[in-house]
Amino acid sequence: MQFIKNIYKFRYLLIELVSRDIKKKYRRSILGVFWSLLNPIFTMLITAMIFSHLFRFDIENYPLYLLCGQIIFTFYNESTRFAMLAIIENGDLLKKVYVLKYLFPTSRVLSSCVNLLFTLPALMLIIVVTDANFSIATLSFIIPLALMLIFCLGVGLILATLAVYFRDMIHLYSVFLSLLSYATPIFYPESIVPEEYALVLKLNPICYFLRAFRQSVCEGIFPDFDLLLTCTAISSVTIFFGWQLFKKYQNHFVLYI
Amino acid sequence: MNIIEVENVSMHFNLMEERVDNIKEYIVRLIKGNLLYNDFVALDDVSFTVQKNDLLGIVGLNGAGKSTLLKILAGVFTPTSGKVKVNGTVAPLIEVGAGFDEELTARENIFLNGLILGYTKDFLKEHFDEIIDFAELRKFINVPVKNFSSGMYARLGFSIATAVKPDILIVDEVLAVGDYKFYEKCEKRISEMIKDGVTIIVVSHDMALIERLCTKLLWLEHGKIKAFGDKDEIISQYRKS
Repeated sequence: MQFIKNIYKFRYLLIELVSRDIKKKYRRSILGVFWSLLNPIFTMLITAMIFSHLFRFDIENYPLYLLCGQIIFTFYNESTRFAMLAIIENGDLLKKVYVLKYLFPTSRVLSSCVNLLFTLPALMLIIVVTDANFSIATLSFIIPLALMLIFCLGVGLILATLAVYFRDMIHLYSVFLSLLSYATPIFYPESIVPEEYALVLKLNPICYFLRAFRQSVCEGIFPDFDLLLTCTAISSVTIFFGWQLFKKYQNHFVLYI
Repeated sequence: MNIIEVENVSMHFNLMEERVDNIKEYIVRLIKGNLLYNDFVALDDVSFTVQKNDLLGIVGLNGAGKSTLLKILAGVFTPTSGKVKVNGTVAPLIEVGAGFDEELTARENIFLNGLILGYTKDFLKEHFDEIIDFAELRKFINVPVKNFSSGMYARLGFSIATAVKPDILIVDEVLAVGDYKFYEKCEKRISEMIKDGVTIIVVSHDMALIERLCTKLLWLEHGKIKAFGDKDEIISQYRKS
């Protein structure tokens, strides 16, 4: 509760931090923020080209399926990696001024979220071009996204804490991320996963968010209630644990950065 | 009224020659049992109180723990043991401009830094001109601060940090930068704050400044209080040592 109250109280600082991240990301590039739009489309086109000619999966509307997977995974990847470094990179500041420390990982997850919002027009475009099922229920995609945001925030807080004490985390995590990208059905259907590896998908929390997101976007239906419940549970547990861990150690951060 | 109460505060640092920040080394050290090796005591059982309107100077040689104490008062460090109670808002002038983002312009940094220091957005909009004029940087308003000279940097930082009238102003050697004209301007602003009843805590090696500004002195030596009280007695003792 305290967390939410403070977030509200410091909303202007958060907005400023988020806009700083975005400004810096695109400063001096001509197309600027359009890259958020173009990047996923190009990546999707390349991957779609490879996979529809080399390996064929039996998936209806493959480009849309692929784009959903990419958007969700890129969000997870970018936000957590970015949040992990939040404390270390702002070390100079934290050593000199008193600031609420969790504002930094939070702002970084939020700026990744803003980036994700910029990619939504790309999603719309593909929906229109491929003539996918579009209904009012499609808009429910916002629910899995919001839950995903909370999940990423939790993971970000945990990683930011760990990275302060063990710098190895930064390298370890990028290896873990590449493993995770194959353990998530981004470009392949869940059905091709052999029986003995089914557990991997079950243990991968991103799968649940992605499945719900795809139900909204690809099938144009409201996600299964059970599925949303699972996502809510995952998010709540993660944010609770992340917040407790961060709170416990935050006062000692300055001694290690 | 006690505006600051410091009770039995100690601060320990772990001065490892090679800091342990990978898991393997951590485990090796843990097994050897020397994780807490090289414990450095920066402040040792320090207690004192500051009254409202006090003008406190903190003196001592390098490494006496002055800056550590200020950072504890500013809330940057949490003391290893002991209690600190601060009744009021604190404006820390500890290495001004610490929150600047090199890539952003002066205008953007005023907002970012101001919000970090806890000002509201409306306050900053309202006082924007005042801040930029005090720093004499109107010409460079849209220049990224990475292109600033160190003097310009300090001026902007000082100007933002003192835009608001706090209850307590903490000054750590900040006046050492900038030319004499700006120095005088800063001192004038501090004097105005003193008139307005702001409590001030200054760390400086400039004894002339301490004599001009302060009424009370805290003398630290190796993390312990050597003397605390009225300026006149302590300053002569300190000079003799």
